[in-house]
Amino acid sequence: MSERVLLRHVDVADQDDIATYMRNGGYEALRRALREHTPEQIVQMVERSQLRGRGGAGFPTGRKWRFVPAEAPVKYLVVNADEGEPGTFKDRTLIEGDPHLLIEGMILTCYAVGIRQAFIYLRREFYLGARKLERAIAQAYERGFLGQDILGSGFACDIVLHRGAGAYIAGEETALLESLEGQRAMPRLKPPYFPAVMGLYNKPTVLNNVETLCCVPWIVREGPDWWLQQGPPQLYSVSGHVNRPGVVEAPLGITLRELIERAGGMRDGRRFKACYPGGSSSKPLVAEHLDVRLDHESLAKVGSMLGSAAVIVMDETTDMVRVIARVCEFYREESCGKCTPCREGTVWVTQILDRILHGRGRMEDLDLLRSLSKHMTGTCLCPLGESVPPSLNAGLEYFREEFEAYIRRAREPVEMPVRIVESVPAPGG
Amino acid sequence: MAMLSAQARADIEALKTRYPIARSALVPALLRAQDELGWLPPEAMAEVAALLGLSVETVAEVASFYSLIFTEPVGRHVIQLCTNVSCMLAGSDAIRAHLEGRLGIRSGQTTADGRFTLRIAECLAACEEAPCMIVDRERYARLTPQRVDEILNAIDGQPAHAADR
Repeated sequence: MSERVLLRHVDVADQDDIATYMRNGGYEALRRALREHTPEQIVQMVERSQLRGRGGAGFPTGRKWRFVPAEAPVKYLVVNADEGEPGTFKDRTLIEGDPHLLIEGMILTCYAVGIRQAFIYLRREFYLGARKLERAIAQAYERGFLGQDILGSGFACDIVLHRGAGAYIAGEETALLESLEGQRAMPRLKPPYFPAVMGLYNKPTVLNNVETLCCVPWIVREGPDWWLQQGPPQLYSVSGHVNRPGVVEAPLGITLRELIERAGGMRDGRRFKACYPGGSSSKPLVAEHLDVRLDHESLAKVGSMLGSAAVIVMDETTDMVRVIARVCEFYREESCGKCTPCREGTVWVTQILDRILHGRGRMEDLDLLRSLSKHMTGTCLCPLGESVPPSLNAGLEYFREEFEAYIRRAREPVEMPVRIVESVPAPGG
Repeated sequence: MAMLSAQARADIEALKTRYPIARSALVPALLRAQDELGWLPPEAMAEVAALLGLSVETVAEVASFYSLIFTEPVGRHVIQLCTNVSCMLAGSDAIRAHLEGRLGIRSGQTTADGRFTLRIAECLAACEEAPCMIVDRERYARLTPQRVDEILNAIDGQPAHAADR
């Protein structure tokens, strides 16, 4: 097992204090970058490290930085700290455990891309994280790591902590920018508004995830070759029916079976049934996928995705119809309503699942679900609505008999299971 | 007739200076006002609108979008219970039933004495310690019915956190 990198210090007492952070090598990468490296060299290091965004899309970070026009006089860095995908908690762990690591990664990124103003968009529910970040930012200013003339280098950079107000959709990058501009968090149409070219306040903007930025100080300090030798390190949020749920740091490409072992194995000695490998928007895997590698390419091959690497493990006792209904309900609740397939589709799908769960299902509902799933694929403005079909498809592919059992039982006079999905009035009536 | 204190108004003016455009301060300003009043009556939204140079309609449109901006009265303590997949797998249904039973309300409602509002949260990103909830500004993890009782007993009778900040 490789030594932890990203999580190395999250359990250190007072790691959120700048003195402790610096004792553990913190801000060394920034010092060295300002003294020894040009911004271009930092970008090259990140490119050579093959770092890919850890927020879900997995886009190469260095390439993303290069999309920002170098000559633009005003540009911004925005950190997506709106972690809210069910099953994901790695960013919260980093923010609460090692907030200066994020801040150092932000300053390095600003230096590399030539940015003077950065924002952290933090979801409101992270009250503890907000307290930690507020203090860490203040300490970084006191020590001269932020401000007008950082460490006497002439480089200037400011960070503003901006807190959300409760909206999962704000994690979508263009919706996040809308929210930061004081609007409803509704996604922008892409193209033309790729943030790198036209982002915050219509200025070129780098938008990175918390974990992505936390990788940067390590890459700069130890070098891209060292980084690649480490795996490269990847954080997996593991929850559900395992003995030791938590953030597991493992080399990218560990198998699902190995990851579950690292999380203490299946709880109560039960058998594995299914898991979401990349948050609730990824297509669930089943037992035949236990040896699939958890990386972007391998998961794409089996029709799923790594996403935010949020692995929700479910054992043989799990009622998959209820799980899938809960996931669809989540997207219904969080749909911003801007586009029709998502706004209408999420409501319709949850209505059908609701009646199946309540003993009023019909066999033809399964075809209807299949059809809705098809019509919500590739038609939504942003990934939120597109997050519903993977669950439905897996449900109908791997667990069809569970749906059928609910529907068959519906014809029998037995008491139905506890309801979990609230009834929603039908649209227009 | 101002609803907001001089301090809140000064804080909102200061928030404007943090951003290149004043409108970016809208959500933080609404939350600052909510910190003081507990929720945002229309008069408070109008005051925020005036401070930021926005129309009342614009402010109301944004306020109504976000789940943690309260446009209706809430109890002194707001409970956000997560019932999403990881919490559900860890037994959040039982916690929800316990909370509803103890408080005598359904999710989404406020107790008659105005002490507690119970809301269902859509994932609090603390799935490793499921089931979990946030009361006011503190997160509570690995809930059991007994633990819920202890937490609420400790909170009840105390003043509410001065602010949801």
